[in-house]
Amino acid sequence: MSGIARQPGLERLRWQCRRGLLELDLLFEAFLDKSYSSLSDADKEAFNQLLEQQDQTLQEWLLGKTTPEDEAMVRMVRLIRDAV
Amino acid sequence: MNIPVRRFDTLILGAGGGGLRAALQLARADAHVAVVSKVFPTRSHTVAAQGGVNAALANVTPDNWHWHMYDTVKGSDYLGDQDAIEYMCRAAAHLVYELEHAGVPFSRLESGRIYQRPFGGQSREFGGAQATRTCAAADRTGHAILHTLYQQNIRARTHFFDEYFAIDLIHDDEGAVLGVLTMDIATGEPLVIEAKTTLIATGGCGQLYRTTTNAHINTGDGMAMALRAGIPLQDMEFFQFHPTGIAGKGMLITEGARGEGGYLVNKDGERFMERYAPNVKDLASRDVVSRAISIEVREGRGCGPNADHVMLKLDHLGSDIVAKRLPGIRDTCKTFMHLDPVDTPIPVFPTAHYAMGGIPTDRFGRVVMPSGDSPEEVIPGLYAAGECACVSVHGANRLGGNSLLDILVFGRAAANDILGFLKNNRYHRPPNQACIDKAYERFARWEKRGDGESVQAVRADLKKAMEDHCGVFRTEKIMQEGIDVIKAIRARIPDVRLQDQSKVFNTARVEALELENLADIAIATMRSAEARQESRGAHSRIDYPDRDDAHWMKHSLYTLQDDSLDYKPVRTKPMSVETFPPKKRVY
Repeated sequence: MSGIARQPGLERLRWQCRRGLLELDLLFEAFLDKSYSSLSDADKEAFNQLLEQQDQTLQEWLLGKTTPEDEAMVRMVRLIRDAV
Repeated sequence: MNIPVRRFDTLILGAGGGGLRAALQLARADAHVAVVSKVFPTRSHTVAAQGGVNAALANVTPDNWHWHMYDTVKGSDYLGDQDAIEYMCRAAAHLVYELEHAGVPFSRLESGRIYQRPFGGQSREFGGAQATRTCAAADRTGHAILHTLYQQNIRARTHFFDEYFAIDLIHDDEGAVLGVLTMDIATGEPLVIEAKTTLIATGGCGQLYRTTTNAHINTGDGMAMALRAGIPLQDMEFFQFHPTGIAGKGMLITEGARGEGGYLVNKDGERFMERYAPNVKDLASRDVVSRAISIEVREGRGCGPNADHVMLKLDHLGSDIVAKRLPGIRDTCKTFMHLDPVDTPIPVFPTAHYAMGGIPTDRFGRVVMPSGDSPEEVIPGLYAAGECACVSVHGANRLGGNSLLDILVFGRAAANDILGFLKNNRYHRPPNQACIDKAYERFARWEKRGDGESVQAVRADLKKAMEDHCGVFRTEKIMQEGIDVIKAIRARIPDVRLQDQSKVFNTARVEALELENLADIAIATMRSAEARQESRGAHSRIDYPDRDDAHWMKHSLYTLQDDSLDYKPVRTKPMSVETFPPKKRVY
């Protein structure tokens, strides 16, 4: 599957950003509104991958308690934090 | 309109801990189970329950369920139903061991037993020394429970309708509930799910308030469905607030911050808690601190350009203490406010946390409502469990660690009763077509085009109105105004239009349906609060500062169709032990 074909539409993404934790809702909402559309295809793909993570893990990453091992995730965490 | 239909034995709305606990019980008993969830199940709000689950295991300090029962009755400010509370506290240990066997990775004591931590409101010997009762899996107990239950459900072949939004209940001519009309969020298409029983486990409604700790999904969908089906909501005036949420955003700043020496100041830099609680100051109980903040803001001493919050100062504590003892707060402040509490105060305001009220049920999870002479007539086929339900085990105020217990105990209780119901009701009954048409009409109404207000504008006004008129600061005048304001906001909804009419993942449409739900619950909450002329638990009134057991030791029931309030007695008779009579609640 090509990268582009695997990128779902923004509306679907918006729903994937509805999470069980308020902190994640606020972070993802700001990121989608401010930054997502200007991302490269590779970054968009990384964001989709990030959304597959569990809520607790995402919270730890995005609030700076732990750091992901994968470099692409580290970069994505930084981009999301910058958008808030 | 020919709407496709799917049929199951039993239907569960909501895939949080309560819904999944029930689903597991049912699927293992070979019932054909469907679970409808508007988000992917493991993204349910149960993940936010970090504290733990109460059970008198006595792993750290001596304990027994009867002490736990006493604490829960007292914590409820004597509005909890003592039969349900006894049932819950007695079942607690069994349910925790069951989770342990199912694979929930509880933290361990050195002895190898399940780790338990002390929490507020827990005592030994009926009000004596602190008990240590809350079983925890590090700081991710809710997360661990939710994931374990989800995995077990997949194994038990529970059928999940992920990303389906439940719109309204459907019933037959006799009033038996027979399922729900849903929308597939991915396609925007309607689907009727028929079932012999329906369990509502849709969680809370913190999104009623501008400042809340609740995730965006917590819009009280199931409560509103019940209201629209003619079922009253019970005790909606009781909403638990935390005194210190990040202003305008809602995230919790733990009370530990004040425990470590942090204190609150107004715009003049005054440490105002000295006026409200001269002895304990910033360590006063939650409701006292919440109300003090609210009064400071109302009287014009709030901070910021809109004078709508106060400041929590930690900058005198030194970076060592903040870094060591309050790392979570520092992370939250840095991430969302771009400030470091080590050198800058945090803007805070009371934040809405938990709804004690909800759909009235008995201790079997069956939904009950007044009918004829009976205050609690069972509605055939309809069940509710968890935050959306009001059993009532929390009464006027919930204790920490009792919400995870509530969902587990009553998720299981409902499933047990459903299995009995299914044995006696083997065939699907035909639903009333008019009721499906009505639900469809509400769904299709959002296809109307043209100019109109936006969902966002009405929702923002609704949440602000609830914060201003039905928050922690409650008086007759403020709440009477609130009723008018909420009614005026509700009257704007028919003129709201969606600019985006697309079908695929149209989140605007979901948000419109959620707005209708919030608006229905808002009026139920506002009216119930205005009517209750006393202070009890989380409902605290300036003009009626005392609890009034003679007139108000009763449950409120609000019905939407005729905008009316009714009341029913508290069940003060436990199952097997003596009643705990009301006493002044002092800690």
